[in-house]
Amino acid sequence: MPTEAVQPSVTPAVRSAVIDLLYRLADDSVILGHRNSEWTGLGPILEEDIAFSSMAQDKLGHAQALYTLLHELGEPAPDANAFLRTTEQYRCCELVALARADWAFSLVRQFFFSEADRIRFELLSQSAFEPLAQLARKLHGELKYHVMHGRMWMKRFGQGTAEGRERIQTAINAVYPHALGMFESTAQDEAIAAHRIGPSESEMQDRWENEGGTVLSDAGLTVPKNVKPVYGGRAGKHGPELAALLESMQRVYRIDPNTQW
Amino acid sequence: MRLAEFHSRDHGPGDSLAQSDTAMIWAALDTVTDPEIPVISIVEMGMVPSVLVDGDATVVRMTPTFAGCPALDVIRQNIVAAVKNAGYENVRVDVVFDPPWTSDRITDVGREKLKSFGLAPPGAACGSINELRIAEAACPLCDSTNTTLESIFGPTLCRAIHYCNDCQQSFEQFKPV
Repeated sequence: MPTEAVQPSVTPAVRSAVIDLLYRLADDSVILGHRNSEWTGLGPILEEDIAFSSMAQDKLGHAQALYTLLHELGEPAPDANAFLRTTEQYRCCELVALARADWAFSLVRQFFFSEADRIRFELLSQSAFEPLAQLARKLHGELKYHVMHGRMWMKRFGQGTAEGRERIQTAINAVYPHALGMFESTAQDEAIAAHRIGPSESEMQDRWENEGGTVLSDAGLTVPKNVKPVYGGRAGKHGPELAALLESMQRVYRIDPNTQW
Repeated sequence: MRLAEFHSRDHGPGDSLAQSDTAMIWAALDTVTDPEIPVISIVEMGMVPSVLVDGDATVVRMTPTFAGCPALDVIRQNIVAAVKNAGYENVRVDVVFDPPWTSDRITDVGREKLKSFGLAPPGAACGSINELRIAEAACPLCDSTNTTLESIFGPTLCRAIHYCNDCQQSFEQFKPV
């Protein structure tokens, strides 16, 4: 989307590290955006239909901006990047790719993701890679609405009826191992920290466990303990859900990649 | 006055424009509106931090309201058309995130126009996650502040839905971001 050539000259090591990080951020955004868009027209109440559609639209916008930064670093154009890569080439975490299941599941996933997303972009606004820092400062303002949405519902369900509390707790327990997978490291993490491109995954996970955990405890919900994270997504090892999603998301584009939209 | 202020507040690369060109281009930009809120111009929205010259091209720097706003492409096309119409053949729109757009960039005139359109203007943008601050909206119909936040998401990305407890009408607010 930005057409201005803003990136400073970067060394090959910095460039590789930035590209690795940007693919994770962009792929998480486009895949979660697509998953949440599956609630459009199907939300349990009108306000939630609109909320999930809006958050989906936000995340697709974030993905477009992130893919544009990648394009400025010599990677494929945003549409080609999103619509022509294979499952193995995607670097999203498994959390975002999981099928939408029931609304409790999608809501809890969104809550866990938004809490991490806000922390991530808050810290990235200090990135030494200035184009990413600028974008992070912009996106951070939008993400506070996603966080408010998730926190409001955790509180409502935690203090609501027994059935609501039970369904949300069931979803929390099911989603949690995948949520921990958001913080899977890659081979570039040392370079990302060394060049001050972004925070370490463990730093983000500590903050996320602390801040997200407080929201759940305050709501009377239980944070699962001693959970083994589901890793693999950051290395391109995905379950069948991502392949199914991409088959649907990319089908029309792949019919004629050169067509003018 | 506003033109000079905008021009000096944010700096970009490239040469500066002659005074007469500056006035012509900003006047042209002041005719470009957001298609979803046609009463307010992109200048009043604070979406144009600066205009500059890059070789033969007139460059309009545009900072988007919401990254996912579907109106951006249309606005970009309308900027090119308006500036061309003012006599500048070679026009480019650079989408930038520096400065990041926030609702604090909307001018006072812009806020009045939002209200006349039936959209409550945003309060001061806050970086923190504060539902109470976002809930503060004066009813654009009766000016009451006895209002309730109904939904932080609305019919477009930039709008929240409130309810006025005095005139008992739902209304939309341009979100503080």
